[in-house]
This record gives sequence, C-alpha cells and structure tokens, in this order.
Amino acid sequence: MKLEGHLDWHDLEGFVRAVVKSSSEGARFCGLFASPAPAGTRLLAVLSRAGQLLAEATLVPEGAAGFPALTPVVPAAAWYEREIKDLFGLEPFGHPRPGPLVLPRRPGSPPPRPGSGTPAAPVELDTSPLPAHVQGEGVFTLSYGPVRSGVFESVEYLIETPGERIPHLRARVFYKHRGVEARFCGLSLADGALLAERYEGVASVAHAIAYCSALESAAGAQAPPAAQLVRTFHAELERVANHLDSVLRHTEAAAQAVANARLATHKERLQRLRADLSGSRFGRGVVVPGGVAGAPLQGGAKVLGSLGRLEKAVRDDLDLLMATPSFVDRLRGTGVVPPELAYERAAVGPVARGSGQNEDLRSSRPYAAYAKLERLDVPERSSGDALARQWVRADEIFDAFHLSRQALEELEALGPEPAGGWRVELGPVTGEALGWAEAPQGELLYLVSAENGRLVRVKPRSASFHNLALFTAAFPNDIFTDFAFIEASFGLSVAGAAG
Amino acid sequence: MPWATRGLREGVVTTPYPRRPDGYGPSFKGHVVCGQAAGGAEVIAAAAECPTGAIEVGAQGARLDRGRCVLCGRCCEVAPQSFHFAAGFETAAITRQALVVPGREPDEAEVARVREQLSRRVRALRRSVHLRHVDAGSDGSEEWEIAALMGPVYDVQRLGVFFTASPRHADVLLVTGTSTAGMLAPLRQTYDAMPSPKVVVAVGTDAVSGGLVGGTYASGNGVEGAVPVDVFVPGSPPSPFSILYGILLAVGLVGQAPGGRGPGGRAPDEPSPGGRAPDEPAPGGRAPSERATTLADVEAAERKALAPERGPVAPNRKAVAR
Repeated sequence: MKLEGHLDWHDLEGFVRAVVKSSSEGARFCGLFASPAPAGTRLLAVLSRAGQLLAEATLVPEGAAGFPALTPVVPAAAWYEREIKDLFGLEPFGHPRPGPLVLPRRPGSPPPRPGSGTPAAPVELDTSPLPAHVQGEGVFTLSYGPVRSGVFESVEYLIETPGERIPHLRARVFYKHRGVEARFCGLSLADGALLAERYEGVASVAHAIAYCSALESAAGAQAPPAAQLVRTFHAELERVANHLDSVLRHTEAAAQAVANARLATHKERLQRLRADLSGSRFGRGVVVPGGVAGAPLQGGAKVLGSLGRLEKAVRDDLDLLMATPSFVDRLRGTGVVPPELAYERAAVGPVARGSGQNEDLRSSRPYAAYAKLERLDVPERSSGDALARQWVRADEIFDAFHLSRQALEELEALGPEPAGGWRVELGPVTGEALGWAEAPQGELLYLVSAENGRLVRVKPRSASFHNLALFTAAFPNDIFTDFAFIEASFGLSVAGAAG
Repeated sequence: MPWATRGLREGVVTTPYPRRPDGYGPSFKGHVVCGQAAGGAEVIAAAAECPTGAIEVGAQGARLDRGRCVLCGRCCEVAPQSFHFAAGFETAAITRQALVVPGREPDEAEVARVREQLSRRVRALRRSVHLRHVDAGSDGSEEWEIAALMGPVYDVQRLGVFFTASPRHADVLLVTGTSTAGMLAPLRQTYDAMPSPKVVVAVGTDAVSGGLVGGTYASGNGVEGAVPVDVFVPGSPPSPFSILYGILLAVGLVGQAPGGRGPGGRAPDEPSPGGRAPDEPAPGGRAPSERATTLADVEAAERKALAPERGPVAPNRKAVAR
C-alpha cells in the first residue's frame, strides 16, 4: 500500500485519540513505527480493519523529549513504544513499563535513529540486571539465557517465581539485536532484498515477498502473474518447514524420540527439496524486486511426486502423533492464551488462530497469487492452548501442501516462457509504501521508503516481535516444565524479534 | 508400539559421510569459483555489484573472499566467464586467508604450522568431542542447520560428536552470527568457561566476516575479534554437511593431508588467529604430516598423546564419555 496520500495526520493528542477510536471500533493494532522526518520524528500507527490498512501519523517535533504513550489504552503498543525509545530516544510518556527492550543504551550513548542518513556509532550497552517486579516471600528471579541449553537463538528470559509457577516473565531480546534496520539505509533495491532474507532467516521467502511487494507498491508496479505463483509456491514450502520445526520442538520437549526422528527426517527432505527447487535450502535468492529470479529449478511430475510422497509421510506421522496420548496430554491446557487476551494484544499468526482470532493475510489481504488459489478448510480453534496452536499448524501444513501444488500446476499451465515474464523493471523507485506477507510466524509488515532507487528507511515488523510480547503473558497456570512446550507452540524467531 | 515399528520401517536414512561420499552433499551449490583467468571489464562490474564487497580486483586479476560471499550468485550472472557456482560442501578452512581464492603464492610452511598447532591441540579430542553452540547474532537459519546435525540424517553422535549444555564439558565452540554488542560478554564467558584444549568454529558467513548484516552500531564483523577462531565455515547459511566438515576439520578427522592444500582453498599467505600459541602443547607429538588413517591409528596416537599428561580433568571426562 502506497503511503503518500493515505496518511491521516494528527497532532500528538489527536493521534492517540484516532488510534484509540479505530482500535475500539474493532481495528487490529498492527504496529507503531518511527521514521526520521525533516522537522523531527514521524510516528506511524498501522491498524487493520476488514482487509484494509489504516495509517495514522503524527510528528514528534525536533527537540521534544517524547510523545504521549498509546500503551495505557492500546496494550498491544507496549513493545513498539519501548523499541522507539531505544532506537530514537523518545520517551513514551505514561507508559507503564518503559524499560529498554532491543537496545539498553548507557546514559549518554546516543540513539542510533535508523534512517536518519548518518550511520550511528557503536552503542554502549547497559546490561546490568533488572530489578524484580514481583515481591513476596520466596520469590526470586531466574535468569534463563542468553546462552541456553541446546541449540537455540540467544534470548534471556527473566522468570520471577516462588518456585515452579511462572507468575511473571520478561524477555530480554537485545542480546542479538543486530541493527539491521540501519544496515538497509543506502542499499540498492536488489541488495535490500538479500538483507530482508536475512532479517529472520527461517522466513526468508516471506520477508523477501513483503519487502518486494512494498517496493512494487511504491513504484506503482505489479510482479507478473507467473512470478506471483513462484512466490506463493516457495512461501508455502517455507511454511511447511517452519511448522514442522515447531512440531519437532514439541516432540523433543515431550521426549517422543521416534516421532522426533521421523519428523526431523521429513524436514530434512523438505529442505533438500527446497534446495533442488531454488538453489538454497531456505529459498533465498528467488524473490527479487519486481518479480522472481526464475521458475523453480525443477518442475512437473517429478516435483509433484516428491511433494506427494512427503505430504503422505508427514500426514501419517502427524496423524499418529496427534493420537498419541502421552504427547497430546502434554499440550492440552498448556500455555493458554484466552481469546480475549489474544484480541487485546492483537495477536497474529498461528498463535492468534489458536485463540479464535481468524485473521490470515492470505485471505484477508491477499497478496502474491493467493486470491486465485483455493485453500483447504482450516478449522477454527479457540481453546488457546499449545494443543490448539499445534492443531492449527498441523492443518496449515496440509493447506500449504495443497496451495503449493496448485501454484506449481498453474505455473506449468503458463508454459516455460510465461506471458509477462518473470519480473518487471522497477526503475529508480521514489516513494514510501507498506508491504506484507503471512509468514509462518504470522503477519509480517515492511515499511519501505526509497529515493531514486536507493533505500532511505526500511522497517521490518516480524510477527515474532509482535507475538513475543504476548508470549510473556502465556503462563497463567503453567510451571517450569511447560516452558519448552509454550515456547515451541509460539514458534517464534528471536532474530525477527530482536532486529 | 506403532511408533517403534514405524521407526524401523524407514530403514537407514543416515548419511555415509565421511566414511563414504554422500550422494546428496555435492549436488547443491556450495561455493563460487573464481577462475584463474578472471579479469577484464566484466569482473570490475561484478566486483561493483557484489553486495558484500567480496571481490577484489588487482593487477593479477580478481580474487574472491568466500568468507564474505553470501552465495547470491550475482557475480555469476554479471561475469559468467569468470565466476560460476560449484558443487561441494567441503568449504571450511583453518585460516581466514585460505577462504580468499585464488590464493596468492601458497605458503606451505605456514599452513603446516597452523595445522600442526591445531592438530597438537586437538589430539586428545578426536574420538569423543563435545560441542557447545552459542548464537552471537545469527539470522536464525544457522541454528536450524546445526540442529539438523543431531537428527537421524546426519546423526553426528555416530562419529563421537555430542552436543552438550554445559561449556564445562565442551571441547568445541560453534559460534554463529555477527558478534552483536549484546553477545560479546556472554560469548566470551562461554569460551572462558570451557576447559583447554578447546577449538572455536565460526559457522556461517555472518560469523566469519559479518556478511551482509555486520558493521552496524550493534553488530560486529564476525566473531574473530571476540574469540580466537580456528575453523572458518562460510555459507549463508552453510549446509549441515558444510558444518559437519568444519567440525571434523577442527578435530583433525579430515583435512590431514601432509603438507598439502587446505580443503577450503589454497594455502594462506599470512598468519591468522588460528596460528596463535596452543593452549596445551602436547609433548612428544607426532610430525605434522603424519596421518591417522584408521581408527586404530587414532587410538594409538591418542594414548600416546594422553599418556604423559594425564591430568585430573580432561582424561577423566574422556573416560566418562567413552
């Protein structure tokens, strides 16, 4: 969605009123993004209502210390305002917990302000321990991370507990904050796509699609139909891989050794198939601004056969897994996110869909070729526990197989030299736009601004960032040993959350 | 019961590598080859197009730094005469310089020296190696590829390679990511907590050079400045086979060809951090070019290496691991 002409500008107080009004009318809060502007910092709140995006904007004038916080009235804004404080040095006045999130700067270390045109100097971090929030007899803080047991991405969870129960949890994601937003500035459009693929490496295809579709909107262009099918095809294989990874982590936590080994084998086969089809086990290099690099490297009956065999093998094992009591019992009632909480925090992706919030961008704001393809029925789940999220993923795996097969067949029907080609030239793009994709983790947004074919400001908003805020509230009746299940059931990437 | 029979039905899915070549490994694009005769205008254009500045054009032609390459393939499109993708996953090297291809005048003595120092350090580890992984700012994909090593297809445990939660039990540190400001201290603490002898493997282009992401206000240019790196595994991300090869290279189970070229490329031309003083110089070690060919050889060498210095910590730990 091109932003010029679609921004509703307000003064600072009017901005809060406008966001609260839309939000109370049922619009879902998608994010709050800051960008350097000529006379200060522009704040952009994005909300989604009935398949439409609303973009409310305001200007925090230069020299102002901060802005009135949305969080007291729109809780889903909590992490966004903390992020803005870290990266832009603007205080969200009235925020109940404005502590550092992605970049705890030492006093005096200036904020990096990505997009301001000048590269920021290395920051000095203040990594000192945080004061406890929970008081009470025997309550202590367990610091879990950033180097954890197993092969995990680095993140620290501060668990405040009297022992076993987890009444309060905080996530410190700054450890692996890489400052990717700043790295985008000044890149060419093509290099930007490569970097987008590395923002959240396990969802490379979704990131490239969201980034490129933002650029295409800014340029007023559209990727050719064949390219849209190729994008859809690779994106759905990526979804299967990510969902399998989530199931794998569940089976590992539940010590289901055979299921774990079998699903790991299926996942490896899928990754190899993806490498055969794109040259990269993560589908990198396929999606480029204006279209795709080309057709899948193999096509026809051979790939359909491989997909069919893989789907059958996954189905057999998932069917048995979801009928294995020692596995299912471990998930039922674990990590409950009630529908009201999911709504209040504007949850996205499989987490939302397991808690009765059925938005999926592939249906509500169709992109790529989704409008043309038929989706399988993914039953509604609203119990909000790890089992519900697991069911959502299991159903989505087969939906994804179904979609990828259709995309491949449609692509075959277009022939080896499809009309419209594989990509359109975007030229030296100038403009600002929002792009999106339904990543395996959930709604992914890209705010992209370019000038004469160079990137000025790129702000990716991963579902992992959005949902990790909710993760910390997903332990109502749970104990330590549930942690691994709840974490796996959220299926988030720390890289995507830390930026 | 259904799970047990199902597990058996599949048969063996584990790769025969490294005992025998794996049919799959060499079939995907593993690295970019820079032709010896690379030169001319197209190479200059390719160097300008390279998103990570991995191509350097000098008087003798172009050189490609595989440690910076993210395998986007743009140079292969712009200058197909000079660059092309090649199959193969044995891309890791024991010096950073060896990742720059084609190499300058090979310095056999230097390679031998680095290899000898590494080999002396890891002699005691060969049969049972414990790995600890630390993410220092990866994009998340390297973790998938490392985790795949524990799965049935790669199954590194059959090679005596185990993942451990505690750095106190670890011999090899696998580091991913660009070395972010926040991870510098935890990474260093993990390294310091490991007993000597220890080996560090930088996994992925981000860890080797910072790749596309490095060099911001919060992101370093690889982990080399944070911990001393012994083995460099390029790739964005490297495949599980590439990582496995890097681990085997680190502990001397592959790449022991006498005085020859490093498997990751030509010999290095200047000392690298891999060439620092070893943590534990083993007395009376073997000559650098001596090659362990069979398991019996390895065991004999191990006994020899352990015998004079059977200290209280490491040998006991090894005994438990056996």
